[in-house]
Amino acid sequence: MIQAGVIGVGQTKYDAKRRDVSMAGLVREAIDNAMLAANLEWDAIDAVILGKAPDMFEGVIMPELYLADAIGAVGKPVLRVHTAGSVGGSTAVIAASHVCSGQFKTVLTVTFEKQSESNATWALSPRYPYSPHINAGAGGYFAPFIREYIRRYDAPEHIGWKVAAKDRQNALKNPLAHLHIPGIDEKMVSDTPMLWEPLRYLESCPSSDGACAMVITAQDQVGSRNVAWIKGMAVRSEGTLSAGRDEVNPQAGIDCAKDIYNQAGIHNPFNEIDCAEIYVPFSWYEPMWLENLGFCDLGEGWKLTDKDVTAIDGELPFNMSGGVLSSNPIGASGMIRFGEAALQVMGLAKDHQVEDAKVAMGHAYGGAAQFFAMWIVSSSLD
Amino acid sequence: MSAEDIPKDYSESPINLEYFYTAGSATTRFLNQVKEGNIVGQGCPKCKAVYVPPRGSCPRCGVATDIEVPLTDKGCIESFTVVHIPIPGNPIVPPYVCAMIRLDGANISFLHLIQDVDIENIRIGMRIQAVWKPKEEWTHSLENIKWFAPIDEPDVDVATLRFHES
Repeated sequence: MIQAGVIGVGQTKYDAKRRDVSMAGLVREAIDNAMLAANLEWDAIDAVILGKAPDMFEGVIMPELYLADAIGAVGKPVLRVHTAGSVGGSTAVIAASHVCSGQFKTVLTVTFEKQSESNATWALSPRYPYSPHINAGAGGYFAPFIREYIRRYDAPEHIGWKVAAKDRQNALKNPLAHLHIPGIDEKMVSDTPMLWEPLRYLESCPSSDGACAMVITAQDQVGSRNVAWIKGMAVRSEGTLSAGRDEVNPQAGIDCAKDIYNQAGIHNPFNEIDCAEIYVPFSWYEPMWLENLGFCDLGEGWKLTDKDVTAIDGELPFNMSGGVLSSNPIGASGMIRFGEAALQVMGLAKDHQVEDAKVAMGHAYGGAAQFFAMWIVSSSLD
Repeated sequence: MSAEDIPKDYSESPINLEYFYTAGSATTRFLNQVKEGNIVGQGCPKCKAVYVPPRGSCPRCGVATDIEVPLTDKGCIESFTVVHIPIPGNPIVPPYVCAMIRLDGANISFLHLIQDVDIENIRIGMRIQAVWKPKEEWTHSLENIKWFAPIDEPDVDVATLRFHES
């Protein structure tokens, strides 16, 4: 298999309403930043792979067609990826797969959401035929799983506040983050109103506009560029309404993580991964994913969070950029995790850089926690 | 610059979508029973898992769930949330309790409301039963059940609800 690496990551400024740009202008902002970082001419791009969350989120159906000019796809192969909230991650995996397979030498991949142009909670809460109208957005869907996690492992309520405060403190080091909340701490989180018990307002992700792009290329095209080498990547899904499914600890997440660790030759992820950007849209998903991804035993995740292990200066920093809790352009949120992992091993994460990060993980999940995408990137090819 | 002087840089254009939904044979069988006040799940002939509401196939085995399995309207709360914010387009006034309902004999849960109880007394594992609308209002919909309400039976250990192929 051909070795592939990320040679450019481009992001927009994330904000509640990016009314200074159209949807096309938004994706182009991320692409221009990625192309500049990769130091490439347009001729070098063989194909463009675009991902975003449900089209209902903006009401623009098949936006990749309307965006063909803005994404530089005219006359080139273009592919659209769609796996709900995990789409930013799966788009990255699919883009990289097209390089590893030898189909293309260099692929531009971009993901976005312009949440201000519609209302995602509305789009996620339709009345289903023949059923009572009780869907209450993503938070309403995930809150029962979180409640069951708390019950199962007798976790104290401040864990959720702690994650929410920690990620927003990290966001203060990232100028692109949507939420910059001066003085953010656990008390401030715990004082905010309850939305979907047990989740409070500041334990939930914001609605953001934004885009993230990456240039992924084959080993023989790299030249002298700074590269984040892709050492392992995978996607997995599972049946949402399947008997025996454990929504708190989904099998597809366990399997996806094992797959990328095997590809990357990682035996002990806690010791061998230097930092991770993990999809945590609601505070409690940090301890839940610590366990699901095999960083610790079941029931131990909240204890790691409590001991500051996931702080930016901890043993296993999580979401140095501020994470989904600080910026959530849904379709891009997964790719931001993958791109931020790449920036860490390239040493380009500036004020939220983890010192000497060599191996980093990017992770995304979506839908009813049944879609997963993950990768491991490294500063070295070996 | 006053508000009137700021150039409008966007416009709102509401859209309206109407769609027809074809229930399919499995859902039709289920809803015809719901119309009569009966809850009939569907079982997988291979792994024996019971699905309610049924979708017509078992996601585990990929086969049609062609075994009809009559169930009661009693079960337990597998988990729940209390929704405190209004949801755009949703008529229910918060706060309300949205619960994963696991009927006795079923191997998946579905979302429905819990009422007739103080919110702070609701627990995972609590026993509940359907509260039906008057019979003359019954249609082909799970809305025939107004909500679920607690019954005086001991709580269930939800760990025992996990489906394992026998």
